[in-house]
Amino acid sequence: MAVSRLFGARVKRRDDPQLITGKATFTDDVTLPGVLYAAVVRSPHAHARITRIDASRARRHPGVRAVFTGRDLADRLAPMPCAWLVPGCELKVPRRPVLADDRVRHVGEGVAVVVAEDRYAARDAAELVAVSYEPLPAVINQEEATRAGAPRLHDDVPDNTAFTWTTTGGDARAAFAAADVVIHQRFTNQRLIPNAMEARAATAHANPATGELTVWVTSQNPHIHRFVLSIVLKMPEHKLRVIAPEVGGGFGSKIPVYPEDALVAFLARELGRPVKWTEDRRENYLATIHGRDHITDLEIAARSDGTLLALRGRTYANLGAYLSLAAPGIPTILHGLMLAGAYTISAVEYTVHGVVTNTTPVDAYRGAGRPEATYLVERAVDLVAAKTGLDPAEVRRRNFIPKEKFPYTVPAGITYDSGDYDVALARALAMVDYEAFRREQAAARKAGRYLGLGLSTYVEICGLGPSPVAGAVGFQGGLYGSATVRMAPTGKVEVMIGESPHGQGEETTFAQIVADRLGVPFEDVEIVSGDTARTPMGWGTYGSRTTVVGSGAVVTACDRLIEKGRQIAAHLLEASPDDVVFQDGRFSVRGSPDRSKSIQEITLQATLAWNLPAGVEPGMEATAFYDPPNFVYPFGAHACTVEVVPETGEVRLLRYVAVDDCGRVINPMIVDGQVHGGIVQGIAQALLEEAVYDRNGQLLTASMLDYAVPRAPQVPRMETDRTVTPSPHHPLGLKGIGETGTIASTAAVANAVMDALAPLGITHLDMPYTPRRVWHAIQQRGEVRP
Amino acid sequence: MKVTITVNGAKTTHDVEPRLLLVHYLRDVLGLTGTHIGCDTTSCGACTVHLNGLAVKSCTLLAVQADGGEVRTVEGLARNGQLHPIQEAFWEEHGLQCGFCTPGMMMTALQILERHPKPTEDQIRHGLEGNLCRCTGYQHIVNAVQAAARKMEGQNAKRR
Repeated sequence: MAVSRLFGARVKRRDDPQLITGKATFTDDVTLPGVLYAAVVRSPHAHARITRIDASRARRHPGVRAVFTGRDLADRLAPMPCAWLVPGCELKVPRRPVLADDRVRHVGEGVAVVVAEDRYAARDAAELVAVSYEPLPAVINQEEATRAGAPRLHDDVPDNTAFTWTTTGGDARAAFAAADVVIHQRFTNQRLIPNAMEARAATAHANPATGELTVWVTSQNPHIHRFVLSIVLKMPEHKLRVIAPEVGGGFGSKIPVYPEDALVAFLARELGRPVKWTEDRRENYLATIHGRDHITDLEIAARSDGTLLALRGRTYANLGAYLSLAAPGIPTILHGLMLAGAYTISAVEYTVHGVVTNTTPVDAYRGAGRPEATYLVERAVDLVAAKTGLDPAEVRRRNFIPKEKFPYTVPAGITYDSGDYDVALARALAMVDYEAFRREQAAARKAGRYLGLGLSTYVEICGLGPSPVAGAVGFQGGLYGSATVRMAPTGKVEVMIGESPHGQGEETTFAQIVADRLGVPFEDVEIVSGDTARTPMGWGTYGSRTTVVGSGAVVTACDRLIEKGRQIAAHLLEASPDDVVFQDGRFSVRGSPDRSKSIQEITLQATLAWNLPAGVEPGMEATAFYDPPNFVYPFGAHACTVEVVPETGEVRLLRYVAVDDCGRVINPMIVDGQVHGGIVQGIAQALLEEAVYDRNGQLLTASMLDYAVPRAPQVPRMETDRTVTPSPHHPLGLKGIGETGTIASTAAVANAVMDALAPLGITHLDMPYTPRRVWHAIQQRGEVRP
Repeated sequence: MKVTITVNGAKTTHDVEPRLLLVHYLRDVLGLTGTHIGCDTTSCGACTVHLNGLAVKSCTLLAVQADGGEVRTVEGLARNGQLHPIQEAFWEEHGLQCGFCTPGMMMTALQILERHPKPTEDQIRHGLEGNLCRCTGYQHIVNAVQAAARKMEGQNAKRR
């Protein structure tokens, strides 16, 4: 395996110069001559019947070129599809029109669109569209939504239950009967808002000569956008080109194809002029997907020696008003199957109800189902430790899947590829100086101070994933990686990938891989992504998949070029191909190093095709599709220490230690960056963030003034380290790292805060642990008098 | 209304609506799209520019309020093709991922370093409080500001 100069090196990112000079092009920066601006009229009601829309004043407004309502579009555009049709759960997918044409089902749902000569005129005119509503009773909470008499959102979704999904493995009944300790706990994973710093935008341009429609859109997966837009627009894919230019963060929120994307494309086609739409932040909070929002009842069976026997539970997952693109798969496949975590829990019985409510649709947000699962199982471990009086680190060690048992199949049926959980935990405990902290904590408690330490020894499923599995679990797409490696006559290398990185750094890390593999200068390699017209069919960037499946395709394509080069070199050097070796960019005859040709020379010969061996085609280009044999399962141990100030309820983060294992590391600087950002998003769930609705379905946290995205002074300096357990089935031994931080950190902080509050007899609080909530909990115990 | 604003050293004059935001003047009128918009509530700092030497959020100022003033944007950081030390430091320290918050982040960092040439980590973190980043967890941004301070100190020492 080529692990040479650049693999593992801290190489500066090559996409940075354009970003730090302000020259990069994000979607709203795309400026086309004659562009019109669209503004969406949105519902102020969570649930209402539209009785009348009067757009006459808007149409007369200066600069306005068109107004369309939902009814205008009903026959022109197909409904927005859901693309993760999880089988075996009686899934019901209610119709979701591009613009509401009869009823609105959440605040912020679009009911009309106004197109005008400039942004300001479009917004002004949108305010002039008079929509009459007949308000209907709304339901916000997912448990209430399933009860008899609850307002029903969709006629074809009885009990507002879009699916009921169950996973069972092992004999939970027997395990609970045999348990010394049974704990019941109710948990919530509160609703979060992804908050990519760039809100969504789309710009479309129709070429009147060819009929081709080009759409620039804030997308994590332009090929999926093209696929879905072709369905909604009823237009063939070869007439659609989707470009994701620079994308300012996604975290899952830019996976779905949204109504506005289809709307802008439709308007450009219909009006014959370019059309641009840019979301403002309030719209982003109302109309872009949210994440999490689970209510879970969990039972844990254990023995008095800390052995975890079984988990049994039921989750109500709030899906919002409609089923967003991947929504059904998140709280099921990506959540329920991971419930047993890193442990040899022999039985799991778990049911998830996917429930529609009058709220913004919920879909994948960083970690997508796995942070929720980690929170449940890691809290469960600590509850068992508290109940049995054992040390939480020891309970983990006693239950870890041992290194020699991999590949290991969990009760839910998936098979973890590799792991060495003990080593990661030992490293984290050493870094945080566990024993010393426990002594300090004991002394502090005597002095009336509340220190806590929380562990999270997570494992996650990522690198999505084998396409046959995608099909088996109802994902309406493949999940392979794709790459075309094309060498120009002078030996420069273009690599077109089907994934669509937007800050994760594969423009750099893949160039490191290619430069090593082909033995060409790093500067001679260009990674191209984000444009359906330039890149092979691929499924985008999410689920910590790009590095894993993309690199698989990249190295496979590189190896095909090397093999072709070997044939040509053998022919030109008058040797047998078996005697030609390739190293450091040169083909040479074994034993005669002076008889050699560089890959650049061979590429020129391949391109000219003046003298090729029989049966070898001209050109130096290869496309590979890499369908992985399994997912990858990164893991690690995070440790967090906190102090809770009883007088104010404030949680102060003292230290945060993260030991992650993502297999081999291509670029440690980039991995650290991924880990840091992920951890802070998870800390935010534990301490800061919550999307709050009132009973009528108004989002109370509808701006950045009201929703607490973490700021620089609120987060600690993180201490990171790694262990390296290469994935046994990946050609480079890689695993994903994009989501580990978020998957691990919420539970680590939660366990730390609960540990700090343990002397007060508090065993559980719902997140986020805001000063108010913590203070109230302390006051209710009545044991602290400030 | 007619406004005259010097942007990155070049005088610009345009007839604008009184309600036009400064950020839209920069982006839509002048085509300087390096300054970004991340919120509507002066919360995120993606639109931070310098007006008469002070870091301001250009989504919360009208273009007419900048009339007669001098604005410096991210496009004005590099001089003669030479990156500003803050830009170099963000690159070297991996202070950006998606890069959307970065222009505003760097303009705020410049202000921090003008006020505190040798900033403590606390001064940096509090100085960055008005700028949101969702990608980095801030650690590499803080490192970048520290690295920029060292670079700028070195440059000043050379000049002396």
